[in-house]
Amino acid sequence: MLKQKPDKFGLFDTTGFDHSVLEDPNSAHLVVHHNKVLGAHLVPGLHVDVEEMEDGINAKLVLDEGITIENPVHICFGMLPEKGIQKIVMDVDIKKDSGIMIYAHCTFPFAVDVQHIMDAKIHVGENAKYTYFERHIHGKQGGVKVYPKAIVHLDKRANFKTEFELIKGRVGLIDIDYETICRDESVMEMTARINGSGDDIIKIKEVGSLEGEGSRGVLTSRVAVRGNARADVYNKLTATAAYARGHVDCKEIIQDNGIATAIPIVEVRHPKAHITHEAAIGSVDSKELETLMARGLNEDEAVELIIEGLLS
Amino acid sequence: MKVNTMGILELKNLSLEFEDKKILNNLNLDFREGHIHAIVGPNGAGKSTLAYTIMGLSDYRDISGEIFFKDESIHNIDIDERARKGITLAWQEPARFEGLSTKKFLKAAAKDKSEENLRNALLSVGLSPDNYIDRAVDKTLSGGERKRIELASIYIMEPELVLLDEPDSGIDVAALEKIFEMIKVLKKRKTTVILITHSLTVLEQAEYAFLMCNGKIVDKGSVNKIAGYFRKKCVLCDHKNKPEPDVFEME
Repeated sequence: MLKQKPDKFGLFDTTGFDHSVLEDPNSAHLVVHHNKVLGAHLVPGLHVDVEEMEDGINAKLVLDEGITIENPVHICFGMLPEKGIQKIVMDVDIKKDSGIMIYAHCTFPFAVDVQHIMDAKIHVGENAKYTYFERHIHGKQGGVKVYPKAIVHLDKRANFKTEFELIKGRVGLIDIDYETICRDESVMEMTARINGSGDDIIKIKEVGSLEGEGSRGVLTSRVAVRGNARADVYNKLTATAAYARGHVDCKEIIQDNGIATAIPIVEVRHPKAHITHEAAIGSVDSKELETLMARGLNEDEAVELIIEGLLS
Repeated sequence: MKVNTMGILELKNLSLEFEDKKILNNLNLDFREGHIHAIVGPNGAGKSTLAYTIMGLSDYRDISGEIFFKDESIHNIDIDERARKGITLAWQEPARFEGLSTKKFLKAAAKDKSEENLRNALLSVGLSPDNYIDRAVDKTLSGGERKRIELASIYIMEPELVLLDEPDSGIDVAALEKIFEMIKVLKKRKTTVILITHSLTVLEQAEYAFLMCNGKIVDKGSVNKIAGYFRKKCVLCDHKNKPEPDVFEME
């Protein structure tokens, strides 16, 4: 078992993603194990400066003005040892009229007592587009504590989309804290999909401020808690400008002894702004369940498929 | 174990009460294997309740009487086991599955889980596989689209007995033709079909019909006979689901 001295392929392979993307000269990547950069490849217009620290890295990512990166950029963070801390400090600057999509793979397959701390400051320039998909791969032990924190500033007509996904393996503890501030006509979508079991603890705090005229935002949470897992979801969306539009959408399925709470807060401070919200917490819908059972699936198989759909 | 029933499904003295009201009232019915049956009646007659009871849905299990499927009592077995024995149900308003792709939905039901078979199932209900196979069976689809996908899942499941609850509900004319074609395919496969309906158009697809009112079967026989009675009396019925006294005196 690869545990102590991986190369970039070894670490990347634990994500289950095809590592051939690391060999593609037209695709940028950055692979970081604990506090060491195992591999990096950039494409024109994209700059990444990394400083290795004792328990992680400080990284500055800049995308030049007017540059659109065609292929997704793959970033892999992770630790293979059972214990340790990985702290990632990211400063992201997406310049005006540019575009980039990042797939972040965070892998902790053998963690017994690991902390993964992410502290990101993100600026998306005017008319630029930044898409960030963060997918976590954890082991079965539940020995990971994940603290992703990000503050995002969107300039006029900027577009920011992020999805956080933790579906495979045990969550352990996750404490998400994202905040986005939107200028005129900018668009943000923040989505979290998390599958908790055992004694996992899930905390999601997503805050959006629609400060610019015509800005739009959607906060979406999809969570399943089984066993003795617990989820607390706090979504706050504020609109303070004319024609700002927003929606908060939280759905949590609980099974067994799971506990889920949802606190959607919508605040509108302009008569021409509009925000809606919906929140649903409960067991699996009986009609969905009975439809699948009427096709021959047993109850456990049906529940599994419904949750898989919800989190997909 | 019961033996020597003529049909695939037999209901014997079947009753179901909700809050002291008899929703199904001492039903005795036989359904013939490989034939298309219709249970027709006004809203609130108990038709859907009967379908749910045969399927064994969780709120419809506290019955008196017996349900025999292929001579075996299924009174005490769960929905999924009834399904594995060959019974299935299509709802009047199909469920919405957030995020669950049509492909996975169909695969869950399919005996033959090959991609080709899944695509053929969609074609059989007039839906383009390229347009639908990766779409979620959720609120982004119309009720009619979900209904056709549900029917595709039944086609691919290859059951022996299908309960179709109001198959024309929310369906446009073209799609209804596809559903009627599907009923013919099921007939060719020797699948027993029970149509739950208050539509004469749907009733005409059947070979045998039962007229239901106020939890009772008040008449049975040819489609023409039942359609005639339904057209003349039930559609204009002002009895709020209480049939005229002479109805009870019918054979």
